[in-house]
Amino acid sequence: MSQTQAQTHGADNGKPQFYLTEDHHPEGSTMLGFWLYLMSDCLIFAVLFATHGVLGRNYAAGPSPADLFDLPLVALNTAMLLFSSITYGFAMLQMERGAKIETLFWLGVTGVFGAAFLSLELYEFNHLIHEGAGPTRSAFLSSFFTLVGTHGLHVTFGIIWLITLMVQVGRHGLIEANKRRLMCLSMFWHFLDVVWIGVFSFVYLMGVLG
Amino acid sequence: MFGNTTLTQFLFGRLSLEAIPYHEPILIVTFIAVAIGGIAMLALITKYKLWGYLWTEWFTSVDHKKIGIMYIVLAIIMLLRGFADAIMMRIQQAIAFNGSEGYLNPHHYDQIFTAHGVIMIFFVAMPFVTGFMNYVVPLQIGARDVSFPFLNNFSFWMTTAGAVIIMMSLFVGEFARTGWLAYPPLSGADYSPGVGVDYYIWGLQVAGIGTTLSGINLIATIVKMRAPGMTFMKMPIFTWTSLCTNVLIVATFPILTATLALLSLDRYVGTNFFTNDLGGNPMMYINLIWIWGHPEVYILVLPAFGIFSEVVATFSGKRLFGYASMVYATCVIMILSYIVWLHHFFTMGAGASVNAFFGITTMIISIPTGAKMFNWLFTMYRGRIRYELPMYWTIGFMVTFVIGGMTGVMLAIPPADFVLHNSLFLIAHFHNVIIGGVLFGLMAGVVYWWPKAFGYKLDKFWGLISFWCWQIGFFVAFMPLYVLGLMGVTRRVNQFEDPSLQIWFVIAAIGAGIIACGIGAFIIQLVVSFMRRDQLRETSGDPWDGRTLEWSTSSPPPDYNFAFTPVVHDHDSWYDMKLRGYERPLGGFKPIHMPKNTGTGIVLAGISIVFAFAMIWYIWWLAAISFIAMVATAIGHTFNYNRDFHIPAETVTATEDARSKLLAERT
Repeated sequence: MSQTQAQTHGADNGKPQFYLTEDHHPEGSTMLGFWLYLMSDCLIFAVLFATHGVLGRNYAAGPSPADLFDLPLVALNTAMLLFSSITYGFAMLQMERGAKIETLFWLGVTGVFGAAFLSLELYEFNHLIHEGAGPTRSAFLSSFFTLVGTHGLHVTFGIIWLITLMVQVGRHGLIEANKRRLMCLSMFWHFLDVVWIGVFSFVYLMGVLG
Repeated sequence: MFGNTTLTQFLFGRLSLEAIPYHEPILIVTFIAVAIGGIAMLALITKYKLWGYLWTEWFTSVDHKKIGIMYIVLAIIMLLRGFADAIMMRIQQAIAFNGSEGYLNPHHYDQIFTAHGVIMIFFVAMPFVTGFMNYVVPLQIGARDVSFPFLNNFSFWMTTAGAVIIMMSLFVGEFARTGWLAYPPLSGADYSPGVGVDYYIWGLQVAGIGTTLSGINLIATIVKMRAPGMTFMKMPIFTWTSLCTNVLIVATFPILTATLALLSLDRYVGTNFFTNDLGGNPMMYINLIWIWGHPEVYILVLPAFGIFSEVVATFSGKRLFGYASMVYATCVIMILSYIVWLHHFFTMGAGASVNAFFGITTMIISIPTGAKMFNWLFTMYRGRIRYELPMYWTIGFMVTFVIGGMTGVMLAIPPADFVLHNSLFLIAHFHNVIIGGVLFGLMAGVVYWWPKAFGYKLDKFWGLISFWCWQIGFFVAFMPLYVLGLMGVTRRVNQFEDPSLQIWFVIAAIGAGIIACGIGAFIIQLVVSFMRRDQLRETSGDPWDGRTLEWSTSSPPPDYNFAFTPVVHDHDSWYDMKLRGYERPLGGFKPIHMPKNTGTGIVLAGISIVFAFAMIWYIWWLAAISFIAMVATAIGHTFNYNRDFHIPAETVTATEDARSKLLAERT
């Protein structure tokens, strides 16, 4: 906005400047808008965490976290997601360098880690349901499946988005629009990472301590 | 789920001919009337070959002004539906005495009061308010559009899709019989097994996506797109209240979405969030829904406060008294509105200490609100007041709203609330603030900005009739409810035993009739003004001697709003420009960069309706297909990189020259 001040009209005849004669380009709002979206999404998770906080000890004479959770498996799962965040970071570094192939490579690696995370989560869900600890068993399990499942759903959409962006980068290269989209997905991906750290700490670790 | 289903069940889920309510004569007549009206309208549109025009100029438009107008059209149409529900309830309660069951059975009556609440809040007040924010905010901050124009179009159509889903419940199946917030366990699968609550859930979920996205869009617009020189403390008050409203929208609608999602899981999957058994806790729902629900009432009333602030300053010919205190009051209300939710259920076992905390925070809100009231009064004091229609609505608001505010403080006292809760006193209170505050504000906004949007003023005679009918009708309709509430009559009752109550209900019904005249007069006002538009024509672009930037451009504004981006030096910037000898630019126009129209928004919203319908009726194959179609359409949209165009400089010059000619004819 500062350089536009110099181009305003009417400064010479003593009156204040009432309009710009040059084109006015407000700075892009996409990043702010996407941040706001992430915060709104964060509130959805906040509700799910709060619900788990209130209902998470209501086992209804059913299994408790200590009976159910396999912490080494969850730790492996967590590692998958954290690695995927690092590799997304590598992709962004390559994007800054303008290296299309390398960017695509690291995006691909990120997707593979994400898919590994999802597979482990589905394996865990499947295992729990077969043990009779499905989401309808108790309020604790309802809130557990919903919180972890909502996160998983987000990762699923993240992967669909990732694939879409890989196609678009492949087709149009690292143009400005694609860079902006990669930035948005980057924020989304790291956001899911942060949420998962909350899930891992509050749901799994503190649950087992319970 | 797919165990022993027959082919019919697979194809149609739980949808069958039984779902058509042909045994309800009232619904059949309504359906016939709607069908005839709808067919007549479609025929007229086809006859005058308006489909192409509507599609290219309106439905696919990303212009914030057109989207704003479409929001308000939606709100007015839904107002008629919501009001029809209201007057049916008033008549039922006026006659269901002395053993008479009235003309609405409880099954139907319960749907009506639920639909009335849902429609009036979500599909009248919300689109009305969003429509004004869409139309006015970019003009007031000197911008050419909102930050995300496509998202804006998409938000509008999602809101409309929600309204369509709610309207479908009238003729296919039933609506919820739970009250407008659908408390569990009543709204759970055990006690509400039908489709009613599912219509409620999906209607609100689809509309809620639109509302949240529109909130994000308008915050980004206000923060990033203001004209050079317009610092936050130079923004018009309406823009300020819009900013706070949208912050509240983004900070609360996700909570509604998540809460309703949990309720749907209880209903669809059999989880135990809000059930009575297996560890569920219905109070969790009641807390969550009101953490959204209380800020929601401020989402509605803050923009109305903004409208009154603009109107009072303009028609008193003075700068708004206490601009800074108005801004701070708005922000304080925004924050406080988040920490009062528990006053909606003082009686539900929170205990004395918690109740005391929330009672006190609730009473504190009346302080910034009172500050606003004094600011408006002091603006009028020694002002040169012009009694135009918006000013009537504003003064009517000030009288009415103060009464509603005071009964609100009464309800905020927990011991008093134990007596008054769930009674008609509460109903009278919130109608007092919503009609007296929100609705009067929106009506003031309609008459105030109508000349900006359409280039002619609204007829004053019919406007006055509408105003007085609303004003008198409101008091006749709702003061008896205060009395009845103090006598202990609870809300949502279908028939009465005690004949001494009847007279009050009859008076209330007469009041509703007077309000009906007010709505009628409003519609006549629109029609009469349209017929007389040549006499009422307003070519200056500034019919009220306005103070903010929207009055600096033509009426209606060109697609690009401002040929050159304005530079702001003071608040009330247009008044400041007029005062200091602003001259309209006459040449040197440049091509203007604008977003292209797109049909993706309406297509996505259409598919959402199909998806919601399939989910409501358990038609799983259709739900799966429509969900995949939605994702595919959204992804397909991102493959279109060619979204902008330039309005050529010649077109801008021609538009501006036409305005110069009009302005020259005036003098």
